[in-house]
Amino acid sequence: MSQLNAIETEGLTKRFGDLVAVDDIDLTAREGTVLGVLGPNGAGKTTMVRMLATLSEPTAGTGRVGGFDIVRDAARVRSLIGLTGQFAGVDELLTGEENLLFIGRLLGVSRRQSRERARELLAQFNLSDAADKAVKAYSGGMRRRLDLAASLVGRPRILFLDEPTTGLDPRARGELWDMVRGLVNDGTTVLLTTQYLEEADQLADDIVVIDHGKVIATGTPRQLKAKIGGQTLRMQPDDPDAVGQVRSLVAEGFPELDPVVENGTVTVGVNDDTVMPALASMLRTRGIPLSEFHLGLSSLDEVFLTLTGRRAEPEEPEAADATEEER
Amino acid sequence: MTTATIAVEPTDVAGRPGPAATARQILSMAWRQMVRIKHNPFELVDLSLSPVMFLLLFVYVFGGQMAGSTDVYLQYVLGGLIAQNAIFLTMYTGTGINADLRKGVYDRFRSLPIARSAPLAGKIFADMFKQVWSIAIMLGLGVLMGFELRSVVGALAAAVVLVVFALAMSWFSVLAGVLADSEEKVQIYAFVLIMPLTFTSDAFVRIETLPGPLEAWAEVNPVSHLARSMRGLLSEGPVAEPLMWTTVWAAAIFLVTAPLAMRAYKRKMI
Repeated sequence: MSQLNAIETEGLTKRFGDLVAVDDIDLTAREGTVLGVLGPNGAGKTTMVRMLATLSEPTAGTGRVGGFDIVRDAARVRSLIGLTGQFAGVDELLTGEENLLFIGRLLGVSRRQSRERARELLAQFNLSDAADKAVKAYSGGMRRRLDLAASLVGRPRILFLDEPTTGLDPRARGELWDMVRGLVNDGTTVLLTTQYLEEADQLADDIVVIDHGKVIATGTPRQLKAKIGGQTLRMQPDDPDAVGQVRSLVAEGFPELDPVVENGTVTVGVNDDTVMPALASMLRTRGIPLSEFHLGLSSLDEVFLTLTGRRAEPEEPEAADATEEER
Repeated sequence: MTTATIAVEPTDVAGRPGPAATARQILSMAWRQMVRIKHNPFELVDLSLSPVMFLLLFVYVFGGQMAGSTDVYLQYVLGGLIAQNAIFLTMYTGTGINADLRKGVYDRFRSLPIARSAPLAGKIFADMFKQVWSIAIMLGLGVLMGFELRSVVGALAAAVVLVVFALAMSWFSVLAGVLADSEEKVQIYAFVLIMPLTFTSDAFVRIETLPGPLEAWAEVNPVSHLARSMRGLLSEGPVAEPLMWTTVWAAAIFLVTAPLAMRAYKRKMI
């Protein structure tokens, strides 16, 4: 079987002094698909995107985008890609239309064609009404949409979206997702980084989970869910102090399982239908009452918890954002 | 499974932009700066206010004491004030670049198939418009106050000299803009350097009145040469020698600060 790769890296590594921000990453994004790069803040996602988008050079390893080497053929890579970063790269003083017009002119497109393209993109991203307003009057969601539009002026075949919905409300996030789906339908390859598991689940064909700069899992959303057990059993004892007992009970009864304790709840991935009734009877025998006893399909959040022993959702996204930005 | 990368027609991907494309990109960058002024006309008021204030205060407050009459001092000090203002104005280049760098605007630029020098060069180029604007304001007000302008040709030549010197100084400003971690710090760097630099020259006083070592410094200070060039071209005084030294200084400042600024810029981009 032959397959086309829009993005591929081999041993991609970036060091900042002693800190290894991106550590020996191999990944591929098939043409016309969405590759979701999932990881918590500080995992190295932004650093990786910056290398692939030719903003910074790898310390070691290679990367190819659209078949071109990201170091040797950086200028050619730039003519194929679009980048929407975490921090909107649009000019606040300019209007939405002027921002797009500016990029068009910069790319050497004629004034008339730049204007046509700007209007087309503004319409596509529901910004026509705000075309003549200065960007500083835009909402967060509008700004992100304009930023995405700005990265599309040159009709890139490969698009890098670095946490495109961080800080957006659920409605704005949903709108942006629809727009990304539309682009993929038109044949664009998208590499999307996110710390939202739902986002990767919604948009990505393939997912790479990274943590501390390393790939810790790859696969389709379905494969990743299967990897830790297709279902997740959650048990919350009435008495929060009893979680330890519940955990050791699971460990005794099913040594092959790997229960995780968090916030007074014991979570365990299971593949076997007999586990739940068996545990129920064991808990009853020991006299541990539960307030929650629930078997459900695993979410990517649970995948992450199983893989790393902690949640992917950050406690303080703002502070952590700043650290990654400073690299 | 065998993998292959996308086959790309050689014609639809561009390599590095040539000089013509680079020049066009610099103009597009400058266009953005002009549109910014259109949307924020207060920036021009801001640019006009400080030269007007300095000119009025220096001439009418210090003039009598300095030269016996405000009119005589005006003929002397206008060239110096124009030189000082031009040097202060170059600071805006650094603060603007600092803001764009922090807001991620340069990341967008650097992901586009454009010359790597275009964003910096475009900003510097656009800021020259501010220089011309300021010299026009100061000369206009000066003439209203009684300045005897030698000729329009002289005024145009002065503007050209000023722009050339400001272009060189802009690279120092870029260096500060890239190195500093906030706009305020750029302003502080610039202020600490520019304030003493402009005052230890013959922009405002005759340097014979300065204590020995200071006089020696003021004699070689680039601001002295620039101020004398302005004076020579706008009213009277020697032209050739100050012009030569101004050019030498501009070249020296450019040759030292431009490579340092580019190096810091590239390093920042890692």
